[in-house]
Amino acid sequence: MTTSAPARAPRALKIPTRLDRRYLPVVGTFVVLALMLVVGGSRYENFVSPAVISNLFINNAHLIVLAVGMTFVILTGGIDLSVGSVLALSTVVTAALLQAGWPPAVVIPLAVGAGTVIGLAHGVMVHYFQVQPFVATLAGMFFARGLCFVIAPESIAIDEASFVSLATWVQIFGGWRMSSGVLIALIVVGAGFLVLHFTRFGRTVYAVGGGEQSALLMGLPVARTKVLAYVVSGTCAGLGGLLFAMYSQSGYSLTGVAMELDAIAAVVIGGTLLTGGTGFVLGSVLGVLVLGLIQTIITFEGTLSSWWTKIVIGVLLLIFVAVQRVLSLRKT
Amino acid sequence: MTQQTTPPVVEMTGISVEFPPVKALDGVDLHLRPGEIHALMGENGAGKSTLIKALTGIHSPTEGTIRVDGVERRFTGPADARAHGVSTVYQEVNLCGNLTVAENIMLGAEPRRLGGLHWRAMRRQAATHLERMGLSIDPASSLGSHSLAVQQLVAICRATVGDCKVLILDEPTSSLDTDEVAHLFTVMRALRDDGVAILFVSHFLDQVYEVSDRMTVLRNGRLVGEFITADLPTHELVQHMIGRSMDVLEAAEHVVERAGRPAGTTPLLQAVGLGRKGSVQPFDLELYEGEVVGLAGLLGSGRTELARLLTGADRADAGQTRMAGKPARLRTPRAAMDLGIAYTSEDRKGEGVVDGLTVRENIVLGLQARRGWMRPLPRKQVDELVASYIEQLGIRPADPEALLRNLSGGNQQKVLLARWLATAPRLLVLDEPTRGIDVGAKAEIQKLVADLAADGMSVVFISAELEEVLRISHRIAVLRDRRKVAEIDGGGATMDQVVDLIAGGGAA
Repeated sequence: MTTSAPARAPRALKIPTRLDRRYLPVVGTFVVLALMLVVGGSRYENFVSPAVISNLFINNAHLIVLAVGMTFVILTGGIDLSVGSVLALSTVVTAALLQAGWPPAVVIPLAVGAGTVIGLAHGVMVHYFQVQPFVATLAGMFFARGLCFVIAPESIAIDEASFVSLATWVQIFGGWRMSSGVLIALIVVGAGFLVLHFTRFGRTVYAVGGGEQSALLMGLPVARTKVLAYVVSGTCAGLGGLLFAMYSQSGYSLTGVAMELDAIAAVVIGGTLLTGGTGFVLGSVLGVLVLGLIQTIITFEGTLSSWWTKIVIGVLLLIFVAVQRVLSLRKT
Repeated sequence: MTQQTTPPVVEMTGISVEFPPVKALDGVDLHLRPGEIHALMGENGAGKSTLIKALTGIHSPTEGTIRVDGVERRFTGPADARAHGVSTVYQEVNLCGNLTVAENIMLGAEPRRLGGLHWRAMRRQAATHLERMGLSIDPASSLGSHSLAVQQLVAICRATVGDCKVLILDEPTSSLDTDEVAHLFTVMRALRDDGVAILFVSHFLDQVYEVSDRMTVLRNGRLVGEFITADLPTHELVQHMIGRSMDVLEAAEHVVERAGRPAGTTPLLQAVGLGRKGSVQPFDLELYEGEVVGLAGLLGSGRTELARLLTGADRADAGQTRMAGKPARLRTPRAAMDLGIAYTSEDRKGEGVVDGLTVRENIVLGLQARRGWMRPLPRKQVDELVASYIEQLGIRPADPEALLRNLSGGNQQKVLLARWLATAPRLLVLDEPTRGIDVGAKAEIQKLVADLAADGMSVVFISAELEEVLRISHRIAVLRDRRKVAEIDGGGATMDQVVDLIAGGGAA
């Protein structure tokens, strides 16, 4: 184009290494997952079997959906503490409305939409009123949990025929089973991946997490992106609630207490930095699987209290955060 | 070179911007012509940034007209300005280090396919733009993995995507080394020859003379005039900028009396084999009272790292230090402060001043911290102290209650100096005290450093500007690649000599 373009590049040029270090944390999570499978497989019979793996997904479908939504928010540098409560609200709304005789075709969008609305409120508070994400979503957490009890303090069983048939739909290939919940969760994961990597909104999510001021000066739609990230998380929580209602065939106000922390743990173990800007949806899915597998191992062990799950998760979380810290220190 | 016949692409006429009660700009004109590099000159607080912000729509002028391509416009913000061909690259690289180079260049104008990003096309287009800049880096690599200089060029790359008629470069060279600046200038000239109008803001006079065709000089928010660079001698430019004669500058030229230090004195601070892994390799250094020791080296050569070891900001993992002959451990900044070592960081905003506090509070901060919160300084004493430093250092505005963030860079630096002087240190370590501040304030600070040394203080002076180091140092320690490679006498040293040492005998 221009003849006067310099032929010599500045000295500081670098040839990128083979494996981009951006993928290192995710690869780490994958290695941990593989190790757990190997160790479990050598210790217990039938550990690495289609039935166990299928159950891993079936039991954690709702958490996978929560983690996908949480990834969006954490990537922008925020946090969403409300997802456990919103999930519960969604189960309660579903159960209560079905009990009142509303058709599932109306109930399902309402239950998911409740999450969307709460997410929108969070986004507006965080961006336009400059409320700390921690505080805004903490308020949302109390609000949603309180609303659950106002609607129905007791557990409500779901016996609406078409909902139950949807919930119990299972596809079997050989020993593998896929429930409707798992199918939905996988679709959400795929959609999350596509949105984050192949849309301007998705890339702006990363840009905002990398530096909000910079993103603003680059002329990117920061406000819309931040609000939308919370909307995505809220919607995922609503959908997660629907999946949980399908899984448990009931709605209960005390569902999902502290589940937001499981979701955050899964995202962090999956290699997403809490400071925002770095991470992958697929990492978060691996994170959920690691959490689920710990539970499975402890169940197989038989003699251990299930509370050991929490201890192992805590230790793993610490290790991952420490490793990430070391990686990011080495970079500078 | 100068094309008198070309009509300006940007015409700003009679621009005034007010931040009541202050009139930041008062009837300023600026004309940018296609195919010209136009320098915007002025001291800090002259209104350069305000003028740029008025053009790009961040501030809205109370008076005056802005015409772009003959059409009167008031942009609503940087994005709007960019859509009309006016792009800005700021001093700090305002890009996202976590994204790829390609994204940083193309986001906002990215090629799409099936409603989503078309990554391959995006990388290809980015590569074309990078090539135009003479950069051969992988567009798929993440931006954060590249040096600041490359990031700066990527920022310019981004600015020139699409229809770029006017490119504003605000202090683009402040963190680049000589080679990198040369590269940047090549890129700027190439863009100019393509017909882009470039507005260049820089504190480095030699750079302005090297690259610009024309300049507009501002002083105190008013227009001094528009000049053709080749017709304006440097000293006249400086006079235009500071509105007084060169006395101050010339005074600084000769401030250092190069008296040899008395033989046989013990050094105030002696470092033996001091070093830290990954930061700076073990070095020996002796600092004497009444002496200015300059640290010379390129960006990243270990200048700052060395200073941080001397002041306890980083903990050394090798070597010893002796203070006035006695072993001393500089494990924390506090320990160093107790020994009378004061350090002003190069990161003035982040590690220096507290910009939400007032001048008074910033000045007494150091002294009060030494006394502890149990023994507050009496208010009367504080007021006297602050007033005396404001007067001594010529801090403007001379208002103890002014918020620090409303002061110019040079004045913030003076406040920072006052804070440490108030604690009566024996060793003062100044890391880039004159970066990003105007000529006048620079000369004043240099003079102050020389005076402090003359009064018996030991000073370590770090600056990216070699002449400045040469001018005021008694001794110069030269660093290269995180190693202290030489120590020379400041009196006899010449620029070439130091440059040779920095370059490693022409090897680099």
